[in-house]
This record gives sequence, C-alpha cells and structure tokens, in this order.
Amino acid sequence: MAGLELLSDQGYRVDGRRAGELRKIQARMGVFAQADGSAYIEQGNTKALAVVYGPHEIRGSRSRALPDRALVNCQYSSATFSTGERKRRPHGDRKSSEMGLQLRQTFEAAILTQLHPRSQIDIYVQVLQADGGTYAACVNAATLAVLDAGIPMRDFVCACSAGFVDGTSLADLSHVEEAAGGPQLALALLPASGQIALLEMDARLHEDHLEQVLEAAARAARDVHTLLDRVVRQHVQEASLLLGD
Amino acid sequence: MLKSKTFLKKTRAGGVMKIVREHYLRDDIGCGAPGCSACSGAQEGPALELQPVDQASCLCPRPHYLLPDTNVLLHQIDVLEDPAIRNVIVLQTVLQEVRNRSAPVYKRIRDVTNNQEKHFYTFTNEHHRETYVEQEQGENANDRNDRAIRVAAKWYNEHLKKISAENQLQVIFITNDRKNKEKALEEGIPAFTCEEYVKSLTANPELIDRLACLSEEGNEIESGKIIFSEHLPLSKLQQGIKSGTYLQGTFRASRENYLEATVWVHGDTEENKEIILQGLRNLNRAVHEDIVAVELLPKNQWVAPSSVVLHDEGQHEDDVEKEEERECILKTTVNEKMLKPTGRIVGIIKRNWRPYCGMLSKSDIKESRRHLFTPADKRIPRIRIETRQASTLEGRRIIVAIDGWPRNSRYPNGHFVKNLGDVGEKETETEVLLLEHDVPHQPFSQAVLSFLPKMPWSITEKDMKNREDLRHLCVCSVDPPGCTDIDDALHCRQLENGNLEVGVHIADVSHFIRPGNALDQESARRGTTVYLCEKRIDMVPELLSSNLCSLRSNVDRLAFSCIWEMNHNAEILKTKFTKSVINSKASLTYAEAQMRIDSAAMNDDITTSLRGLNKLAKILKKRRIENGALTLSSPEVRFHMDSETHDPIDLQTKELRETNSMVEEFMLLANISVARKIHEEFSEHALLRKHPVPPPSNYDILIKAGKSKNLEIKTDSAKSLADSLDRADAPTFPYLNTLLRILATRCMMQAVYFCSGMDNDFHHYGLASPIYTHFTSPIRRYADIIVHRLLAVAIGADCTYPELTDKHKLADLCKNLNFRHKMAQYAQRASVAFHTQLFFKSKGIVSEEAYILFVRKNAIVVLIPKYGLEGTVFFEEKDKPNPRLFYDDEVPSLKVEDIVFHMFDKVKVKIVLDSSNLQHQKIRMSLVEPQIPGISNPTDVSNMDTNEPERKKKKKFEK
Repeated sequence: MAGLELLSDQGYRVDGRRAGELRKIQARMGVFAQADGSAYIEQGNTKALAVVYGPHEIRGSRSRALPDRALVNCQYSSATFSTGERKRRPHGDRKSSEMGLQLRQTFEAAILTQLHPRSQIDIYVQVLQADGGTYAACVNAATLAVLDAGIPMRDFVCACSAGFVDGTSLADLSHVEEAAGGPQLALALLPASGQIALLEMDARLHEDHLEQVLEAAARAARDVHTLLDRVVRQHVQEASLLLGD
Repeated sequence: MLKSKTFLKKTRAGGVMKIVREHYLRDDIGCGAPGCSACSGAQEGPALELQPVDQASCLCPRPHYLLPDTNVLLHQIDVLEDPAIRNVIVLQTVLQEVRNRSAPVYKRIRDVTNNQEKHFYTFTNEHHRETYVEQEQGENANDRNDRAIRVAAKWYNEHLKKISAENQLQVIFITNDRKNKEKALEEGIPAFTCEEYVKSLTANPELIDRLACLSEEGNEIESGKIIFSEHLPLSKLQQGIKSGTYLQGTFRASRENYLEATVWVHGDTEENKEIILQGLRNLNRAVHEDIVAVELLPKNQWVAPSSVVLHDEGQHEDDVEKEEERECILKTTVNEKMLKPTGRIVGIIKRNWRPYCGMLSKSDIKESRRHLFTPADKRIPRIRIETRQASTLEGRRIIVAIDGWPRNSRYPNGHFVKNLGDVGEKETETEVLLLEHDVPHQPFSQAVLSFLPKMPWSITEKDMKNREDLRHLCVCSVDPPGCTDIDDALHCRQLENGNLEVGVHIADVSHFIRPGNALDQESARRGTTVYLCEKRIDMVPELLSSNLCSLRSNVDRLAFSCIWEMNHNAEILKTKFTKSVINSKASLTYAEAQMRIDSAAMNDDITTSLRGLNKLAKILKKRRIENGALTLSSPEVRFHMDSETHDPIDLQTKELRETNSMVEEFMLLANISVARKIHEEFSEHALLRKHPVPPPSNYDILIKAGKSKNLEIKTDSAKSLADSLDRADAPTFPYLNTLLRILATRCMMQAVYFCSGMDNDFHHYGLASPIYTHFTSPIRRYADIIVHRLLAVAIGADCTYPELTDKHKLADLCKNLNFRHKMAQYAQRASVAFHTQLFFKSKGIVSEEAYILFVRKNAIVVLIPKYGLEGTVFFEEKDKPNPRLFYDDEVPSLKVEDIVFHMFDKVKVKIVLDSSNLQHQKIRMSLVEPQIPGISNPTDVSNMDTNEPERKKKKKFEK
C-alpha cells in the first residue's frame, strides 16, 4: 500500500487545492458580549475561538507588573473533542504552555504594550476543532479579538503554515499533510512592514529551500491579511450601522 | 472557485475514529482537449490531440479518445504503451487505484503520461465539480469508483459535444468488467472491452498479441488435468510463517537444472538457510526471484543437490510423465551428510515477474496460434503465448510478459510485448543482453539534459571559489588507448625540502551534477557506466563524460585533487585535499608512458614526473603485498575490432605493463586516503567499500586442487594465501600458478559498497586495507560522486544536503549501486561471450590446448589460456549410449571409460560454433586429446553455453 500522494503530477493536493491555495476562511468578530474583545475563525476544518480581556490592572501578585509596558498573558487550550480521538488534555500540559508562550511572543511584538504600563492584557484561545495549522488559526483569531477589544497594535498579525514536498512549497497545511512528516514552518507576519513576529520550524529542511518555503508562507499570510481586513471592515460597518450613525 | 466539504469515516486498528477531511471541488480543471472554449488555457503539459486521427477502428469510426478503467490499466499496460495507442484520458480515480495496487504499473503509466507524443491526459475528476460522486449508502468503494469513472466518461461525452458539434469527438470507455460495461451502455456511454477494441483496430493487427490473456483462466479450469497443488492464500501463509510451519524466502531457479531450485530463507536463522526444491510439483509454479513460502519435507525425503545438467526440451505439455522419469535421474544415492534441507512450495507471497527476452519455439502445427516461448535466461520457464505472427517472429529476439500460471498448465501463460530484431544481429544481441541484465540504456531524457551546462562552457569567477589554481603543475594522464572518459591525472615533483609532492587529480563531476536534480537521479539510477565490447553505456551524458569532465590535455578542467608530500621511501608526510583547476600537459596511453620511462633520451618534465611516480609506485606495491594484498588473476580478453564493420578480427588477452600498476597504486592510495578522511569526518554516513573475508569452506576446492599437485595452500589469512600462491610453482607446468590464481579469485566474496553507520566490519580483504572507498572514477561510478560530495563537505568546499547525511538513504543507495555493478559485470561478460562467438564464427573450427578447471559429474570445465575462454565438455548425450562415468568427489576426478580426468590436466579441445539451435548459438567444445573411443569424435560432443554469465565470477572484485 502506497502512502498518500501529497501533490499529484497535475499539481493538486490531497484535498484538491493547488500548492499556494489557502483553505476556506470564515471569521466573525464580537462573538461574546461579556469579554472586551472576541472572535471566532474557521480555516477549513480548524476552528478556534479567541477572547481578550484588558488592558486591566495586574491580577494576582503585583510584582509581575512591568514598569514600562503591559504584560501580555496568553492561554491556549484545546477542546477534548477537537481531534479524531477523544483525549483528555489536562490544563497546562507541555503542548499548551508552549503554544501559550508562542502566542505571547507573537503578540508582545504586535501590541503597542508601552501605551499601558503596569497593566495586563489577557488573551484566551481555545481550539474547538483541529485539522492542521492550529497555531496559525489561534494567531488569526487572537488578532481579530485584540482588534475587537480596541487595543492598539502596530499592524495585524497574520499567520500561516507552509510545508515542502518534492521541491514545491505548500501553503496552509491540513492535518493530513502535517501528519505526513515533512518539514513544516509556521510564520506570523506583520504584513504592512513585512516584519516577522514569530517563525517556527519542525523537521529538517535544507537551507537552500528555506527561502522558497518562507516566501510561500509569507504570501499565504498576506492573503490571510486581505481576508481578515475585509472581516474587520465589515464588522466595523455593521457596528456603526447599529449605533445608528 | 467552488468549495465544498465531505466527511469520510475511517477505522484504524484499536478503535473507531472519525476522520474528517476537506474535499474541495473546483471548476477550473480543464478537460485536456485543446481548443475547448469552456476550459480554455486551464491546462499545461501534455494534452490530447484536437483531431485524433490514425486510429482506424471498425467499431468506432468517429474520432475518439479512450478512457480505460483500473483493471485495463493494470493488466493491459503493454497495449497502452504501444505507440499506436494515443489520446487516452486517465482519470484520477483510476490512477489512485493503480497506485495502491501496483507500483511498477503506476510508474509505467506515469512515464507514458509524461511522453508528449502519446497524448495521455490525466483528468482530476475527483476534484471536478461536475464529475465528483459521493459514496452512497450500501455501495462499496469499488462500485463507487466504477460509478465515478462512468460519470466522468458521460461528462466527457457531453462536454465534447459542446466544443465541436461538427467534429463529433467521442470518448470511448474501455472496461473488461461485463457488468460495468452493461451499465455504461445503459447510460449511453460507448463502451467496449479491451479485446473488442484492440481487435477492431484494423491498422494495427499486431497489437492483439500484446493483449494479456486473462479471460482464459475462467474458461479453462475444467479442461486438462491438474498438475500442481493449489497455492495457499496469503493470510494462511502469513499465519504459517508466524508459527514457523512455513518459511519465507526468495526462489532461485537453477541455471543448470530446470527441475531444481533453491530458496534463500529470509532472516537470520542459521540452520535451514538454503532449502532445496526438486521436481516440478514441489517447485509448484514459482518463477525465479519470486518471494515464496516453503514447507520443509520430513528428513527421510531430503535430497542432495544433484550435479546433473538438465535442460527443458519438451515441446508438448502432456509429457508430464516423462518429467517424472527425469526427476528420478536426480535421485541418486549419496551419503547422509550430503543431504540438504528439502522442501516444497506452498504459496507465493510476491511475484517478481518482469518482461523476459527470448525466442519463439514455433509450434509444430502450422495453423496453431499457441506457441512456446523460450527465455534467454535458463532460470525462467518457457512461456506459452498466443500470436498470429509466429512466422514473422520466428528467428527473432522478442520480449514476453507472464500473465498467469494456471494449475492445469505445464507452462505459464503470457503475451508478446516487443520485437527486438533478428537473432545474431549485433544490435539485437546487445539490446537483449542489456535488457536481460536490467541495464538502463535509453538515451538521456530532455529533463536530464536540461541540467547540463550550456556550451560554450568556460571556467568563471564563481567556479574558482574554494578552488586552487594548479594549472602550472605538470599534470598528465595515463589510460588505455582510445579512452575518452579520462577521470584521473597525476603529477609528481620535487619540493625544495627534498621531499616529493605527488598529486592525484580526479575529474570534478560533482561540480556539474548537483544533488537531487534529474541528472543526478538518472546517474544514481544507472549507478555505473557499462563497458561492452563495442559500446559504452554512459552513466552521465556524453557532454560531461567525454568533454567537460574528461581531463584531456591542454585544456583547463575542474578537478578534485589529493596531494601528498612523501619522502623517497614513499612514506606519506602530509595529505591535502582540495578542489582545483588543472591543465593536463599530456594524455598518454600505458604504452606511451612506458616508452617515456624506458627511453633514456627523454628528460622533459612529464617524463621525470612519470619516473618519480613509477619509483614510488614500486615501493608502494611492495609494501602492500607485504601486508598481505592478493594478486589474483582472471583471464581477460580484448578484441581487435574491424574499424568498419565492428566485427572482432582478433582476440588478445590483456597485457599488463608497469605503468598499469603505477596508475593503480596511486588510485588505491588516493582511495584509501579519502576513505580515512570521510570516515573521520562522517563516522555514521561515509560511503565505503569492503571486501569480506570468504568463509573457509570456499577454499575447499582450491586446497584440493593444490593437494592434487602436491602443493600446500594455506588459507587462514590473506597474507598466508598470498605467500602460498607465490610459492606454488611447478617447474614443468608454468601455467599452474595462473590457474591457481584464477581458482583463488573464484573463492572470493563480492566486494560491496556500504554505509559506515550500518556496519562495523570495514576490512578490504583483497587489498589488505582496513578501510577503502571509491573516489577515483566519478565519471563512470556513482559511488565516487557521493564520496566526492562527502569529501567536499568535509573540507568545506561545498554545502551539504539532507539525503547525504541520512544513513538509511545512503544504505538504500548502496544496495542499488551493488546491484548495478553486479549486473554491469554480467552484461560485460555476456558481451565478451557474444563476441567470442562472432569471432569463432569467422574462424571456423579450431583446436586448442586447454586446462581442466573443474570436474563435474558428467562433464569437465576447461579453460583455453590463449583466448581466456572457458567452456564445458560433456560426456553424455541423449540418443547415444552413455559412456561409463565414475565421479569421485573426494579428489575431484572423473573417470570416463578408462581415462581419469583431474583438475589442471592438460587436454586438447576442438572449438566449433554451433548454430543448429538458433535460440542459443553456442560454442561447442569437444575433446580431441586424450582420445576416448566413442567420445572424442568431434560430431559426438555436447555443447556448452557461453551466452550466459558464468556461474562463478571471473573477477570477484575490482580494485
């Protein structure tokens, strides 16, 4: 039995996309009334919910407060039912805390934290369904939620993953493609300036190919930006209509 | 672009899991027909022809495309590969099914699809909005796929109507499944079986022969009596193998006896490693190289390997009784300890059939369409094929593929694939031997050639990075005459401190062949250049092998240099590796170089350099031999070719000069130095070459032979073997030493490439070196290219890549290289054998002196030193009364009537080319002296076959 063919000779991937194409993205902002900001995103079958509180006073020990900027606190969790196999994921396992740290790094780079010294911003992200590219979905959802909360940012943070198969880079990997074990790269980009907020790669990839994969991920992240931008504009329009301006 | 989703469920071992996958449907997938306005410009790459013409079919006169289903693709790939079949639509559904079921067919269909001329188009129907179908309740996967194929066929017919109403293009659905065809016809899709369609092609009647005869199996079960017992199903075999009742192994048919075979059991079991099978029923339809399951017979039925030579000559199928008689011949009384584990085949785990070369043995009945095909390889059984063109195929070399082997048939069924040409034609025979030895010899594809450097080529600034300029050095190359792929050059000069600087410069092929591209993949696949008598099958394209990489004189060439500083005792003081640019001052032949060294009048730079090298080489050689390196011998032959007809005019055994060994010494030194360096740098994934110590039992024959001449051969170490071979001399018999060395060569193991991380025995027995690799011939060996890359990384002259440092990938590569090297050697020998035949054809009958190399039960194997030719003299012949033979295994000797033959006895034989059997033209040898009444009559003697590679290797390892 031969393994899955990730990229056919005709240039189609397992799910019928071409190499550079994203999965279908749908997003909504302001899904919860209690939170300061919230958003829900679907990237194909990967679904994530993000909620933002803050900026507010430091909770718990005051010694954690930073004198010159806001503290960004990120928590990641994934639902028991998010993957094919039902598995209990205790709070604070290694994977979740790692993801939380990565998100924190990403958003510390994007949020203008120096505007809110000695305060705290909480970002909670939950993955409801995982089908590859969870990090990217979390970042994109959190961006929308932060925007919804009205916290000033340098730019959108748009994330996307990319892989490499037979000399071609694939954008926005699905779970099947991730599970095949090839190199995979996650990129969070500030699209206006082209600055990289976070870059992570698993597996080995020859340095000659890195640029190509990076380029594919960046292009995909820019595409994500166009879509998110549309969502934000639409949300603002709806909100202003409701306000009756 | 439309997107939609489907949900699939899937179970895995251990539990039920719900897997949800997205499945996007698109509307931008082209139909592949040019000029289709609906899907304009959506396609790239090979596509269908707008007006498929030349398929004159009486069933469907309109222009049409073909759309085969999975089974047609799997079983009739030979038909589809024919140039007459063009404009075929391959559905993604079909391609995926093929991929899951047969990797070789999948590869072939991909090759066909990539061939622009064939106009095959792959239609991604599973992702097309209008042709995607969902699995219905109660429908199994196969039925769904069949339906998907029909839906696609229907869509195509409607779609094509839209683009050209006047053209009336049609898509014809080809299926061998009756139900599927009926359903298709109901839905209004023109459908035929493969057979119907191929038979309707009036312009290409020969295609019918290529059809695989599958339908027969169903009809003929009743007829004829069942010869073989049934094969057990795979699940039972696996159970049996697990519980130990059956053993799994590779089936190896015997070349000499068609009723006998051995199975090499897989795994590490010490006992029962090799199982003998005897008799047609026990062989139970296994074909050479199949993976089989064997059941051991009880000990009282064990047999000994017979030393009888037996060829299958039956014409008819019904002589099964005769076979039984013949089987009795095998069972001779032997002493207990000769008995070996014996078994019978209970099932086939994996067939390893491939297309076979051979000839048609035309049926005696004139009108018969069924004929037997005799493969050139004696280990393959004869195959029954059906053809109408028997008369045209007679006397030609053809290729046939096996389709199946029913239980009631003495021979497997097959079909005709390709006609190669007339027997005896040089091109045909060369093609045959290349095919039989699996040597890739097609011209390089466009994709491969596109990676060659553009001409005119010159060395640029960029090339000089990490490269030393050595153009000022007085470098020269020494090679055999007529050599165009010069991959090594040498220099030697005196340094100011009195020491000598010696440089070996090797063509920098890895500079041109970059890892991973098509050129690299093709070279890796070929593995080695194959030298035939009149032809060379290059590993890399000619532009590289004979021009850019060839270190010709007076041009700047890129090289990889290994430079030593040595003292006058040839002790290495310093070793340096560097990429370089050189400018060879002279390309010499061995003879020219020898002449320069010998003539006192010449004192130029090149000559002094050569003299320095020669002096050092002698010291090196002496030291090597003291360390126990073996000097072996093998009769090597060279042909003098007629420059016009390329027919061999004269035969000559290879002559060895001092300069040969001079070049060899430095190549060995370079290889050893490089091996040390790369192993030091990459202890886990260095590509090295080892030559294992042969098991002591291999030497039995040599020791016995020595004893018969009152010589003691010690074989406990390489050193003692080398010494005893040196001492083995009989004043009355000067050729004895050479004969012993030839025999010793055949006791050796094969030298192999391996990855240092996968093995811990690195020793090279023949060269008595603790570590060895191949570095010096990158133009003709792929292993050297890898070694170049490793070394380049080690000295920081080039960058690495992931495959290079993956020891499993490297081990796989080694496996392929070892296989290719072995096959190349066999092909070379077969080529020599064929030319020997041509030579004797022109020469007529010759009588020559010969020495007995081996003594067998009913024959002797002799070697004719003058031609380096080996042959068998038989003492048994059918239709003749057999002479009294007495074979003594202890002192290998054979008594024929009153004359006893021992090893190394001198005899005189007569050599005749026997063309009576067209299938195998043979060189017959018959005994002239000593005379045996009734035997040494020239017309009476049996034949031998030089068409096959020898059973034993002539040359066990190359240096």
